[in-house]
Amino acid sequence: MVNKNKKEDGQAMVIKNDELYSIARIANIDFALRDPNTARLIINKDRVIEAKTVEGLTVNSEGIKDGVKISIFLAPETKVENPVHLCFGVTHKKAIQRIVLDIEIGKNSQIVIFSHCVFPNAIDVKHIMDANIRIGKGAKYSYLERHVHSEEGGITVIPKSRIALKEGARLKTEFELLSGRVGKIDMDYETVSEKNSVMEMTAKIDGKGKDVIKIREVGNLVGEGSRGVLTSRVAVRDKASAEIYNKLVATAPYVRGHVDCKEIIQGDAVASAIPIVEVANPKARITHEASIGSVDAKQLQTLMSRGLTEEEATALIIEGLLG
Amino acid sequence: MAILEIKNLNLSLNGSLILSNVNISFSEGYIHAIVGPNGAGKTTLGYVIMGIEGFRNFDGDILFKGESIKNLNVTERARKGITLAWQEPARFEGLTVEKFIMSSARVKNPGIVREVLIKVGMEPEEYVNRAVDETLSGGERKKIELASILAMKPSLVILDEPDSGIDISSIENIFEAIKFLKSNGTTIILITHSLAVLRHAEQAFLLCNGCVLREGSVNEIIKYFGKKCLPCVHKNKPEEPEDFDLRTDEVKIK
Repeated sequence: MVNKNKKEDGQAMVIKNDELYSIARIANIDFALRDPNTARLIINKDRVIEAKTVEGLTVNSEGIKDGVKISIFLAPETKVENPVHLCFGVTHKKAIQRIVLDIEIGKNSQIVIFSHCVFPNAIDVKHIMDANIRIGKGAKYSYLERHVHSEEGGITVIPKSRIALKEGARLKTEFELLSGRVGKIDMDYETVSEKNSVMEMTAKIDGKGKDVIKIREVGNLVGEGSRGVLTSRVAVRDKASAEIYNKLVATAPYVRGHVDCKEIIQGDAVASAIPIVEVANPKARITHEASIGSVDAKQLQTLMSRGLTEEEATALIIEGLLG
Repeated sequence: MAILEIKNLNLSLNGSLILSNVNISFSEGYIHAIVGPNGAGKTTLGYVIMGIEGFRNFDGDILFKGESIKNLNVTERARKGITLAWQEPARFEGLTVEKFIMSSARVKNPGIVREVLIKVGMEPEEYVNRAVDETLSGGERKKIELASILAMKPSLVILDEPDSGIDISSIENIFEAIKFLKSNGTTIILITHSLAVLRHAEQAFLLCNGCVLREGSVNEIIKYFGKKCLPCVHKNKPEEPEDFDLRTDEVKIK
């Protein structure tokens, strides 16, 4: 792993152990720091504070204005046994963090990456992620993103990913923002899937206060027999708002896809769902379902008939939906 | 001693009288059945007793252990010890069997989930981490709902069509669980149109078009219901007075 991270003024980077363990604990990955067989990269704002790689996995990082540019390359025919942990933390109250991520997964390789985005003290923090990901022929790539935010709501998260799947590749992404206030999120993921590849993207977000949630996910199923599922589960309450735009495009024969969006609203929250399916081949089939509404009355009454209050029942139902 | 008394209950929904002058007294510790054809008002009566939203605006009164529960909501009634199992149990996306049952448990003992699942004939290891959603069959969800009621340890439980959607091998589990509830002092109200279910009761009430047509021993009601309600000789419109001779099985309708 090559680390070219440096401060803009040219001073040497200083890694503080307490800083590292503090972030790792919040991200719940302190176990990974003790494991020599677990690759990890931990960043606080614009500095790499911990880096460890494993055989076949090359990780380079380079300081850029307000952030870090990272390139990850997994050699062909390589299976990384333990999940890799990337931690993008900002312990500051006010900051901008810009992450430029370039990932290439070699042919027939396998890797699971947990991405932990940790902003525990944020009052005015902007996290901008720009990812370019290429998954080689027959490779399997999972990217599971977990956010831990402060309760202030002063966070703006702008993740953007462009993902290309080669023939027979498999992609699984999960985006979870369930801890702390969302603040503002403007998510933009787009995939292009070649022959017989499989794509599955899931987003689960819990919004409250004045949180603003925007999700745009587009799957282009261009290869024969490619498959894709876009799933969104969003709960909004108080004065939060959510706008979900899911689109699947099928242009090749034997493509199969499904868009599934479910939003629960409470209080003065507002939600919209725009599932779009575009099919340009008679042998392709895409389905969609979307629902927006308050908590299902039967679920609610069932739990209340066991003695839960309406609030307790609602919380449990939402926990199940997003959990 | 009556655990639940329904007094002069009239309920209208959308301008139609659904329950008419219902008077029933349920004795404590017994298995009761409310029986009747489809549309008789059985499930509605169950909802009224439970206080389900939309079924609370009625004339008359309901006394539980001598106190009116008319103005209590579902949670308050449940906390007094009343609960209801639905004919078609709700589906909960993502909510695990373990959390669902634990949320009902009166005592949050970690072993309770396993214990009640075994009681309804389910293998705990196979189910605790599964979601109570459409990946489970209707029968499985029904047994899980009953397991949650076992964990709750209620004083009174209303079981709406407990055999619907249940395969033959599981019906025995359901009735074993009901017997277990009774042995622990729970009063049970079975809502059913099935003679097979009715046979498990000790006292029965025949409901027809929102009215209590007859009440009495299970044998008496089985005889009447089996012969005169399947199919319904009144076309679901009871005419009073009824005269049913148990010796001749004759019913005279004006």
